[in-house]
Amino acid sequence: MADPGRPILDVIGGAPAPADTATDDVVVEATDVHKWFGRLHVLKGVSLTVKRREVVVVIGASGSGKTTFIRCVNHLEKIQQGRIKVNGHLIGYREENGRLVEDKERNIARQRQEIGMVFQRFNLFPHKTALENVIEAPIQVRGMDSGEALALGEALLERVGLSHKRDVYPAQLSGGQQQRVAIARALAMKPALMLFDEPTSALDPEMIGEVLEVMKELALEGMTMIVVTHEMGFAREVADRVVMMDDGLVIEEGTPEHFFLSPQHERTKSFLSKIL
Amino acid sequence: MLVALVAAGCQSSNYVYRWDFFFDSIFRPDGLIIRGVALTLFISVISQTIGVVFGVFGALGKMAKAPPLRVMAGFYVWFFRGTPLLVQIALIYFGLGVTGIYAWPEITPLGAFGKGAVQAGIVALGVNEGAYMSEIVRAGILSIDAGQMEAAKSLGMTFGQSMRRIILPQAARVIVPPLGNEFNNMLKTTSLLVVISVPELYVTFSYKNASGPMTFHPFELFLAAAVWYLLLTTIWGLIQARVERRLGRGVGGDAAPSLRERLFGMRSSKPDELPMISGGR
Repeated sequence: MADPGRPILDVIGGAPAPADTATDDVVVEATDVHKWFGRLHVLKGVSLTVKRREVVVVIGASGSGKTTFIRCVNHLEKIQQGRIKVNGHLIGYREENGRLVEDKERNIARQRQEIGMVFQRFNLFPHKTALENVIEAPIQVRGMDSGEALALGEALLERVGLSHKRDVYPAQLSGGQQQRVAIARALAMKPALMLFDEPTSALDPEMIGEVLEVMKELALEGMTMIVVTHEMGFAREVADRVVMMDDGLVIEEGTPEHFFLSPQHERTKSFLSKIL
Repeated sequence: MLVALVAAGCQSSNYVYRWDFFFDSIFRPDGLIIRGVALTLFISVISQTIGVVFGVFGALGKMAKAPPLRVMAGFYVWFFRGTPLLVQIALIYFGLGVTGIYAWPEITPLGAFGKGAVQAGIVALGVNEGAYMSEIVRAGILSIDAGQMEAAKSLGMTFGQSMRRIILPQAARVIVPPLGNEFNNMLKTTSLLVVISVPELYVTFSYKNASGPMTFHPFELFLAAAVWYLLLTTIWGLIQARVERRLGRGVGGDAAPSLRERLFGMRSSKPDELPMISGGR
């Protein structure tokens, strides 16, 4: 869908370090993460490491905690135990005498600037046009001057194939178009990490492809990504690693081939048999 | 029986209607009436503005995480919605004045209307209105999908930025219709300032009824006062309708049709340019 052209990472000027030097560069490091919603124990000790340029696909049945987990990575959800570090810094917390203390709002906001997020329901700002959605945060948060932001916004919209929709409000866009604008909006902050929370689950089937296409390009260009999805075709083609979650735990982890050819865990086998 | 009583009541009156008083008060208003209308309008606008500002802070206070803020906002709304406005006006003007907490001295910040009673009236109406607006603003904010705040936060916006740039502009669309009703009410409620003798619209006609050439013609005079209030509220109704139409931007799926589109019923003709509505909200 998106025209072949300048690499997206080139557009946002965020080309990551070359693969050979960066392979040991850890972006996300989650250790023993626990979360309760009231008395409901939803994450029961999740550990996951994501290196720079790596694409990790998280799969699992609904209620397995996968969405909750990636929402913890940019502190949209609090955690009660464990540690999540992004680029070496604790997310959302300071550590005082071995205990987690929630960080100041301003610090959390600063950390989130480095972490792009794409939501299942797009969450575009309905009172702003496509272009305004994309340039809002660069101007308001990064303090970018409006000329520079406009150029960046237009370039990003072009890369997701929506230049002609720049002045259109979200309600006038199809689901697939809205999600592509949402990806451009997240990229405009030049994040080091992109989180995708079931980005195609709210889309009509014929619109899934155009969104996955943009994500695939981004992945091939070397963006570090954690993707919660049921799109196994995407996982097979793009993922470096697949993580299976069940009942608040990571129960199996491996290459896409491993999952397609020889899944070990019974839950993984039955889950894959249902969605493939 | 009832009919007989009413008939008796009618017959016993030898009231002489002076319709010229009525028409003069409307079509040839003297300086007093003009001043009364202007003062009513002035007080309403300032008080409503104060009300909106207090309402935003009241709403944010009631939704704050910090308990002291919630308690303060809760007390404010509870007190001013739970007591009569008339009592609040008297308390703020006479109460604060006599105790010396604030004596309402005459000041002239913008030249005109600097009298102490007018200031006290504006404060009382504004603070009272703020309590009601708090609930309206809160409902408006709560009506916005939680995903909007999450999206703003995920882009690195602070709570304040998210509110100012993302949530409140959207909440405004929900807030404006009840806000319009509040202002309509405000235009009329200013008449309560009679208790502290602010010479607004109602008091002006009340004076005319009590002294001068039109003394004791309450039917014609208060009917004229009613017409003046109707004029204000009707004009406001027209303005409100316009504002609400403009706030619909980006929501109805389409921009409002231009005059040309209205006349010829045509929109963009390229098939792939047709707006597609699916998914989303």
